[in-house]
Amino acid sequence: MTSTQAVDDIVRSEYEHGFVTEIESDTLPPGLDEGVVRAISARKGEPEFMTEWRLKAYRHWLTMQTPHWASVHYPPIDFQSISYFSAPKRPEDMPKSLDEIDPALLETYEKLGIPIEEQKALAGIAVDAVFDSVSVATTFRSALADAGVIFCSISEAVHDHPELIKQYLGSVVPHTDNYYAGLNAAVFSDGTFVYVPKGVRCPMELSTYFRINARNTGQFERTLIVAEAGSYVSYLEGCTAPQRDENQLHAAVVELIAMDDAEIKYSTVQNWYPGDAQGRGGIYNFVTKRGDCRGARSKISWTQVETGSAITWKYPSCILRGDDSVGEFYSVAVTKGRQQADTGTKMIHLGRNTRSTIVSKGISAGEGQQTYRGLVRISQRAEGARNHTQCDSLLIGDRCSANTFPYIEVKHPSANLEHEATTSKISDDQLFYCRSRGLTEEDAVSMIVNGFCKEVFNELPMEFAVEAQKLLSISLEGAVG
Amino acid sequence: MLSVKGLRAKVGENEILTGLDLEVGPGEIHAIMGPNGSGKSTFSHVLSGREGYEVTAGSVTFEGQDLLALEPEERAHLGVFLAFQYPVELPGVNNTYFLKAALNSIRKARGESELDAVSFLRLIKEKLKILHLNDSLLKRAVNAGFSGGEKKRNEIFQMALLEPKLAILDETDSGLDIDALRVVADGVNALRNPERSMIVVTHYQRLLDYIEPDRVHVLAKGRIIRSGGKELALELEEKGYGWILEQEQAA
Ligand SMILES: Nc1ncnc2c1ncn2[C@@H]1O[C@H](COP(=O)(O)OP(=O)(O)OP(=O)(O)O)[C@@H](O)[C@H]1O
Ligand SMILES: [Mg+2]
Repeated sequence: MTSTQAVDDIVRSEYEHGFVTEIESDTLPPGLDEGVVRAISARKGEPEFMTEWRLKAYRHWLTMQTPHWASVHYPPIDFQSISYFSAPKRPEDMPKSLDEIDPALLETYEKLGIPIEEQKALAGIAVDAVFDSVSVATTFRSALADAGVIFCSISEAVHDHPELIKQYLGSVVPHTDNYYAGLNAAVFSDGTFVYVPKGVRCPMELSTYFRINARNTGQFERTLIVAEAGSYVSYLEGCTAPQRDENQLHAAVVELIAMDDAEIKYSTVQNWYPGDAQGRGGIYNFVTKRGDCRGARSKISWTQVETGSAITWKYPSCILRGDDSVGEFYSVAVTKGRQQADTGTKMIHLGRNTRSTIVSKGISAGEGQQTYRGLVRISQRAEGARNHTQCDSLLIGDRCSANTFPYIEVKHPSANLEHEATTSKISDDQLFYCRSRGLTEEDAVSMIVNGFCKEVFNELPMEFAVEAQKLLSISLEGAVG
Repeated sequence: MLSVKGLRAKVGENEILTGLDLEVGPGEIHAIMGPNGSGKSTFSHVLSGREGYEVTAGSVTFEGQDLLALEPEERAHLGVFLAFQYPVELPGVNNTYFLKAALNSIRKARGESELDAVSFLRLIKEKLKILHLNDSLLKRAVNAGFSGGEKKRNEIFQMALLEPKLAILDETDSGLDIDALRVVADGVNALRNPERSMIVVTHYQRLLDYIEPDRVHVLAKGRIIRSGGKELALELEEKGYGWILEQEQAA
């Protein structure tokens, strides 16, 4: 508990100083062509190889189609109406006060106990945040540097570690992978780079919280994490406070690479603005996340808690290339109101004796629509591969829905696959039982929901687990009755 | 303490409680017996505020308050406790955590300070001792996979912890082996005090050998048709319900 408190305090204190991103240029006019791609690259002062990399992706993207197979519905996106490089808004264009913000959002901030100044920053109101290199951040940086861990923005990495970027960027999610990954490769704004050298156990959980200028990395974020042989790193992405963003479309790409005996643990709490009660103004979150267990006995583990966004389209996946490598996917996804989520994972077993575990917990309330879509593929070479999949859905109310599509492709006879799926509802009996013991209906719901999600929360780092539980309770308030 | 007057309640079109009267004083134990389907559980549920029942007439006052106007949790805060005939499973919800949340919500509602983890665990130890229980069930999810007897014991444990003013035990003795019955009865007796009233619903006179009631009532067709001392239970054990029903019909 105390360590959680400590981390919370650090997080809070850093937050208080505000994340301010300085981008020294104006917004490019809306639209996308080669000139725009070149301009983005030029404004970021990128070396030639990076410009070429982007252009190649752009040219390929032109030949691609938007995917239609997901069970989500939204009006077609006009890619020519988006501005692909934007300077921060001028203060006069921003909301002036909290009065102009969706009251529901403010209520959530209140419940999470977020201080007023921070609320303003999250809601996109102009604040005179004074940025001061906080001593904790500096301490963290030096501890990381001592260990030889590189933890910086992608832009910095392009300049300071071009050989690593050339070697690894796009090596897991190539620009040809899918429409949004192609677009991201052409126009990505910024993101995070982590490199853990051979045999190093990263001395702390890495979090975007601790990265200076972590906010406003924009709608096309890119993350690359490389764990060399025998290393370990745990990375936390996201933030429990719902963040408002003017950009409706978010198409991020995350690539993880684990060499022999390396382990990467990637945890996400996603709480983008889901829109108002009618679903207006919510974020479209179309993300490509993939981990490559390149080395023998390597391990990649995805844990996610998804409560935000109007539309989520996301399948963190593992390519189990190395023999005896392990892939894990633990997910809690909540849809309520008009939210739609099509999420799941892919476990691609290429190496021998590879193992994967999938635990997906879907919670649907209101008119939320949720789809679990999972693929387990056992290749011809993957002798002795094993998978265990468990998909549980919990429905709250009568108007929501949950679907499960587990796809399986087995090309080796020795494969051992287990699949369990359940759909349940919070029963009136359960609610009455809890209430007769003095708990309110809301407490009862959150207790039952947290119980339902326990296996996933157990996988989260302590401080994240506590926040995730709180977040879940808040997001389901008023979901019953 | 508890005063029930002319209580009528429906489920859908069916009238289940048909004018039930009952007075329970402080510290008293009242046994309710009656044929299957006579409305005993329905009565327990209506007392504790379960939805799905429509009260069409009558009143229920508890310590001067109109109980029927309150939400189930508000009744719990006042000190009403129902030990369920069929305790409900809450998968994934740790039993200790559940109990702590329940106790603290009640304390909070009463303006008392919430117990921290240490004092709560101390309290739990104390109660386990009184009831001669071990703590193995506390580490598991609430009632999930508990045997029938374990569920009933867990209900009594909850009662011991929450220290209600009015406890309604709905067939807590059903499905218990002889030793477990003793444990439960001893537990109930240990919790007996001049401020705590209990309504004990049972089919078996045997329980009443262990828990001595002040009054015994026969509930049939939705109302109390006969009341008496503990000797009434013995008479019922011997003769069944038929004769009372006949006398009732004749009257
Ligand atoms: N939700 C319901 N819907 C329809 N009928 C109901 C409902 N609840 C109770 N009843 C009916 O009301 C009557 C009384 O039921 P109740 O459970 O109160 O009986 P009981 O006295 O507790 O019986 P037992 O001794 O078997 O536990 C029964 O006929 C039952 O079928
Ligand atoms: Mg009954």
